[in-house]
Amino acid sequence: MSDETMAARIERRLQDSLAPARLKVVDDSHRHAGHSGWREGGETHFRVEIVAPAFEGLSRIARQRMVYDALRAELEERVHALQVRTLTPAEDAARRTS
Amino acid sequence: MTDNPVFERIQQEIGGSDVVLFMKGTPVFPQCGFSAAVVQALSHLGVKFKGVNVLEDPGLREGIKQFSNWPTIPQLYVKGEFVGGCDIVREMFQSGELQELLHSHGIDAQPVG
Repeated sequence: MSDETMAARIERRLQDSLAPARLKVVDDSHRHAGHSGWREGGETHFRVEIVAPAFEGLSRIARQRMVYDALRAELEERVHALQVRTLTPAEDAARRTS
Repeated sequence: MTDNPVFERIQQEIGGSDVVLFMKGTPVFPQCGFSAAVVQALSHLGVKFKGVNVLEDPGLREGIKQFSNWPTIPQLYVKGEFVGGCDIVREMFQSGELQELLHSHGIDAQPVG
């Protein structure tokens, strides 16, 4: 067991596999304390916002599958819930100016 | 198509109703916030849907993940096609795409109230 937090590990995996232009990983576990899927020690519920050129031209389902694929081991191991928001750089820019 | 009995059951479910939500708990009593969020979006549009409680059947709970190649629940199907999970349905609801998708399949969807 390394000292790396699960959030850091998720971030590393996504950096490696999707080369995001922007990436935010938030550990939301404390908000779910006591709910189903929560465990002692937390690190079970995460929120990911990822902006990547790799999403260009892909459906929402295809994009989110790429994220899930990158995090397969983490999802099997202890991550119970993962909220995902995927954007292309163009979508991200449009959102920021609107 | 398959001799996996769980996949057969899933095929029957998604073929048997226009809108099917595989969820934790029931539409009246969801047992997970993400399932509840999708129920809320559908209810807001006054959409009739069938809720399938995966907590009642561990085989189904795992089976639907393999069937859709999607590791999380809830999962929404419209006319036999996978639409997405909670994040996607929520985004589509907010942008109006969910209503459009339902209309394109001839399914009534109007904001209620």
